[in-house]
Amino acid sequence: MQATDITDPNYFHKVVDCQWACPAHTPVPEYIRLIAHGRFSDAYMINWKSNVFPGILGRTCDRPCEPACRRGRVEDEELSGSRKEPVAICRLKRVAADYKDDVNHRMPRAPEVSNGRKIACLGAGPASLTVARDLAVLGYEITLFDQDPQLGGMMRTQIPHFRLPVEVIDEEMAYITDIGNINFVHKRIDSLKDVLAEGWDAVFVGTGAPRGRDLDIPGRKEATPNFHIGIEWLSSVSFGHVTSVGKRVIVLGGGNTAMDCCRTARRLGGESVKVIVRSGFEEMKASPWEKEDAMGEDIPILNMLVPKAFVLEAGKLVGMTFEKVEAKYDDNGRRRLVPTGEPDEFHECDDVLCAIGQENAFPWIERDIGLDWDDRWDMPKVDRVTFQSSHPKVFFGGDAAFGPENIIWAASHGHDAAISIHKMLEGEDIYDRPAPLQDVVSQKMGIHEWSYDNDIAIDPRFKVPHLEKAKALSDINAEVELGFDVALAWKEAQRCLNCDVQTVFSTNLCIECDACVDICPMDCISFVQNGEEDDLRGRLMAPALNKEQDIYVSDILPTERVMVKDEDVCLHCGLCAERCPTGAWDMRKYFIEMTHAGNACRGL
Amino acid sequence: MTYIAKPKLHHPSLPKNDVGYTRRDYDGAISTLCAGCGHDSISAAIVQACFELSIEPHRVAKLSGIGCSSKAPTYFLGNSHGFNTVHGRMPSVLTGANLANRDLIYMGVSGDGDSASIGLGQFAHLMRRGVNMTYIVMNNGVYGLTKGQFSATADKGSVAKKGAVNRDAGIDLASMAIIMGATFVARSFSGDKTQLVPLIKAAISHPGAAILDVVSPCVAFNNHAGSTKSYDFVRDHNEAVNRLDFITGSAPLTADYAPGETVDVPQAGSTLRLRKITPDYDPADKAGALAFIEQKNHAGEVATGLLYLDPLPKDLHANMNTTKRPLNTLDEADLCPGSSVLDRINASLR
Repeated sequence: MQATDITDPNYFHKVVDCQWACPAHTPVPEYIRLIAHGRFSDAYMINWKSNVFPGILGRTCDRPCEPACRRGRVEDEELSGSRKEPVAICRLKRVAADYKDDVNHRMPRAPEVSNGRKIACLGAGPASLTVARDLAVLGYEITLFDQDPQLGGMMRTQIPHFRLPVEVIDEEMAYITDIGNINFVHKRIDSLKDVLAEGWDAVFVGTGAPRGRDLDIPGRKEATPNFHIGIEWLSSVSFGHVTSVGKRVIVLGGGNTAMDCCRTARRLGGESVKVIVRSGFEEMKASPWEKEDAMGEDIPILNMLVPKAFVLEAGKLVGMTFEKVEAKYDDNGRRRLVPTGEPDEFHECDDVLCAIGQENAFPWIERDIGLDWDDRWDMPKVDRVTFQSSHPKVFFGGDAAFGPENIIWAASHGHDAAISIHKMLEGEDIYDRPAPLQDVVSQKMGIHEWSYDNDIAIDPRFKVPHLEKAKALSDINAEVELGFDVALAWKEAQRCLNCDVQTVFSTNLCIECDACVDICPMDCISFVQNGEEDDLRGRLMAPALNKEQDIYVSDILPTERVMVKDEDVCLHCGLCAERCPTGAWDMRKYFIEMTHAGNACRGL
Repeated sequence: MTYIAKPKLHHPSLPKNDVGYTRRDYDGAISTLCAGCGHDSISAAIVQACFELSIEPHRVAKLSGIGCSSKAPTYFLGNSHGFNTVHGRMPSVLTGANLANRDLIYMGVSGDGDSASIGLGQFAHLMRRGVNMTYIVMNNGVYGLTKGQFSATADKGSVAKKGAVNRDAGIDLASMAIIMGATFVARSFSGDKTQLVPLIKAAISHPGAAILDVVSPCVAFNNHAGSTKSYDFVRDHNEAVNRLDFITGSAPLTADYAPGETVDVPQAGSTLRLRKITPDYDPADKAGALAFIEQKNHAGEVATGLLYLDPLPKDLHANMNTTKRPLNTLDEADLCPGSSVLDRINASLR
């Protein structure tokens, strides 16, 4: 193999699994260390810069970082007495938001004189808010439009308050509007043509995926008074238009919206609430912890049942019938749901909440304004890198760009779209994307002294305390998760392996004494004859089986061998560097910060 | 020294041996030796050898004298018996322990100072008596604990870190062991575990006095140009006479070596398969071995590998016809068998 090029910014970025997996590439280990040090405000600001909504995301994020977390691969069930689990990254983010001091004075402000350029952001959800934040500080005049009376979009309308209190949304909205140069207009947009005619320098479309999917089966029309589209119903609950629900409720669908619907129904008078899903339990789209929380509130989840008909008596909905199915796999490994032939199941209900998916809907975008359309998906054509449509002034982001995702993706899209808008208006090539800022600093403080805590805690993951169930179910605004307290947060923070503190090898200093090989607790360092990657992976101290993780290969050493390190299971404990007599191994903190709109993205 | 304990986490695919232990179960405390010390590599090789031999840790007794080398047993086999004895006196304590209980596996760990200076007499007599043990010398040619003076194994003419030249002749512990009657004599290098681990396994299984002289560079005081015990010097002047494969069990593995290049030597239920590197080197030829080592020393080279092996060794217990049972299991009836037995013994002496 060729020697690894560690100057490639992606190489060490990939080693920081959580940060690499995060769409916004939030520097996770850095903020977890700050939390461990009690520097909550600093931890919050790092998050705020990267993902804009730390308090909101610390409660609601889909957490792509956690399945990626190295801890989930290296824990030992026998030692911890529990299954392998990642660091509670998401809930630690909330700790930063909960325990920070007043950070208002640390927030950026718009320049006193604007640059005269006007940007319209359609929809006031996470994507538009990110664009507004990134561009307002540069002097742009931003106007946000939304059909709802307050900022926040789906964060405010579709996430129940018992998961995300209103105060948290209000606080984080204020951090953005307080920048200045941001206007909010409560207005539904019905024509993009009209908007473009208003002469904006750029238009950003962040209108989400606002249409909940309907269910076309017998009895649907007659059941209308007791049939509700999940996201619309949640929005009505959020704004106080709906305050009660029937005693017996069926929730259709297996995603997070279904979980929010069923738990909301439990709080509005639903006594017997069931979630009924077409697929199996494991394939459900809902996050495992959301399923767990729903089941903890006495909500059964019934799987492998396909809705067949609504049953009405005397014109009133009394229940639904479902066909029982099973999963069959064809020769290509594709799954099909096949009826089992058993009799249909009947489930009584007074109300049905339908949360079987969301779609994009652009009835308000005219097809003759120079914006190319992808007819297959009935979506506008949007560039995956620049977020620009075929109309040079129109950009898309969030769910409006490529279909339903989650908040953290919207923030990431927003940052990238803001870069494009800024570069375009400065007359630059928007495909010339800026590299991230990298900072590589040795953590050596003295002999065997490092500026990070390299002692590995073996505690299993700590659970976030919950509000007592009876209290939680009696008040729809009572937040269920209480969050970590400071002591528990410190303990959870100790579980982080500091994967951003990288093992850096200098071939010219190595005397091949084997000290690093002997000390490595994970057997991830080997000195072997070089070879092709597949061959090399099998010849190490322990086989490097996880091909998604790189192996780090040195230049040829004096004994004609190479050093090979399997990044997969490294604990970043630094013992290789402690036992190295020549400093050939060094522990260096690799700080990677994505470039946002501003001078840096223009290479100035 | 490293302050944190080695993390208990281990590689997810860490295998277990026949007695249900992982290699990590043979670890000791974290080393307090200097970073890069060859002794740590030897410790790791001992751990690997014991793991591969599926030795239960409680069956091992590790004894040492004084010095950097003699600190090392703390850093391996943390679940075994240990005895840190007086300087140079490990052999006599070990001999006593072995006489009292032959069921344990004895490992003596010593250094060039402990064995070749203060303990030279003890070293010689242990070999002469054929105590069943593995004697590992971590040989770095200097007194590391007192900041790098030449030891008795430093080669004549080698240069100390500050420039002093050694005027005295060095003691060759391997030659000496052969002369004194050791029945398994090998030399290796801490930086070559592929050679060292099989040699340790073979030495442990050898039913007699086995000595391994392991050149182990002192990174702090003896790893410079002019030293003959540095990583670079040993790598450049290493003359391995053979490579050893240690094969447990009675059925040897089918090997793909060309005929004539390998020699299989049975030893206590196992097989030592020697792959010859130096043609015509016969480790059973005592005089030839001594001549070869001397010839290599003269040429400024380091002869390594299995240098001498007596395939039919006799150990101390066999020589003295002692009881097979550990002394602490003998009760009064065993120790005072009665006047009839005494009469019989007396009669045999008349």
